[in-house]
Amino acid sequence: MNYQFDFEALLPYWQSFLQGAITTIQMTIVAVAIGLVIGVLCAIARRSAYPWLRFLVGIYIETVRNTPFIVQIFFIFFGLSSMGLTMPVFFASVFAMVINVGAYTAEIVRAGMEAVHPSQIEAAEALGLSRFQIYRDIILMPSIERVYPALTSQFILMMLSTSITSQISAEELTGVANNIQSYTFRSFETYIVIAVIYLMITYLLRFGFYAIALAIFPRRRKLGTPL
Amino acid sequence: MTDGFTTNHLIYLLNGLVWTVVLSALAFALGGIAGFFVMLARTSTMRWLRRLSLVYVQIIQGTPLLILMFVIYFGLGVIGIELPPLMAAGVGMMIYSSAYLGEIWRGCVESVPRTQFEAAECLALTRWQVLTDVILPQALRIATPPTVGFMVQLVKNTSLASVVGFVELTRAAQVINNSLFQPFLIFGIAAAFYFCVCYPLSVWSRSLERKLNVGRR
Repeated sequence: MNYQFDFEALLPYWQSFLQGAITTIQMTIVAVAIGLVIGVLCAIARRSAYPWLRFLVGIYIETVRNTPFIVQIFFIFFGLSSMGLTMPVFFASVFAMVINVGAYTAEIVRAGMEAVHPSQIEAAEALGLSRFQIYRDIILMPSIERVYPALTSQFILMMLSTSITSQISAEELTGVANNIQSYTFRSFETYIVIAVIYLMITYLLRFGFYAIALAIFPRRRKLGTPL
Repeated sequence: MTDGFTTNHLIYLLNGLVWTVVLSALAFALGGIAGFFVMLARTSTMRWLRRLSLVYVQIIQGTPLLILMFVIYFGLGVIGIELPPLMAAGVGMMIYSSAYLGEIWRGCVESVPRTQFEAAECLALTRWQVLTDVILPQALRIATPPTVGFMVQLVKNTSLASVVGFVELTRAAQVINNSLFQPFLIFGIAAAFYFCVCYPLSVWSRSLERKLNVGRR
């Protein structure tokens, strides 16, 4: 083994790495924000009184959860363009991510909702809370608080999965790295560098989610204990 | 140019499916063995070993599998080892699954009540005996549902081996799509194949979980 590591060859490209990292974070935030809303709606639909709605949402969730993300991206991106519907890569990537993260979120939030004891809902009804109030204050917020750790690790997995969008030439961190390694022929070093950057983004997001938890869950802020 | 999807294409896809299953099985077997050692290290009595294995798990779980594949693929080339694509992809999947399985199994071992460890130690069992005769049989029961659940992740993630040139199901679909350009049909079939492998595992995992939790309801 007489390989000379040369990380200095990558130094001129630091702005590209930074831009790629920012794109990765942007994609993640947009996809997670929209996916969370879709996921919560699907979780509610899974408990709906209409069997056909439960069935449809069930098909969506199971299909997404049992096929690879890369196939979903190809299906959406190449499929839409074969219909003559071309869209920017960023948009197509985020679209695929929203569909993916929505299904996982739905399943996690549903598990949280099932853990809400029926007597809590009965108590809320007895107090005369409206259906909307019951859903928001008794079912939704406590169940999100309960599954928050699972939810955030799913979101971080989603951030890591943005690397797959490089396969449809999205200009996020991995896509940038693919370009840089073809200019510099320093593929090994390039991928080690972005592995470290991904690790940093992971910790950044974990810190961000921790801060959000403190902000939105008063119990955690005041008592310092999770639900 | 042919413009139709023929049985030859279907056979090519099925062939890809076989390699997906082979790679999944390889990744699970090798990753399971490595994951067992990760679990041992994570629950070790030696602090440095716990720390070291924690760093390993954090690194693998904090970086994308795709990047791990690239690093191994280009890294092995750098050292001068020419591995066939199956082995290169297998090594990548092994490292990936060892971290996740190790962490899953650590959780299971730690969920066995503390008193079980203490009682076994009082009976003067060696650390190995404590593990194999007392803890693991109990942890195994808890570990089965999440392990089967992880197998679904594993099968899905073998699709990333396509980027380092291993011709499994996703790569096969890409190859066919490049010549026919009927993405909805071809990736739809590929997705259906994945679904046929993954869905039974998902259902199995869920039913195992229900059986495990039967006492709590």
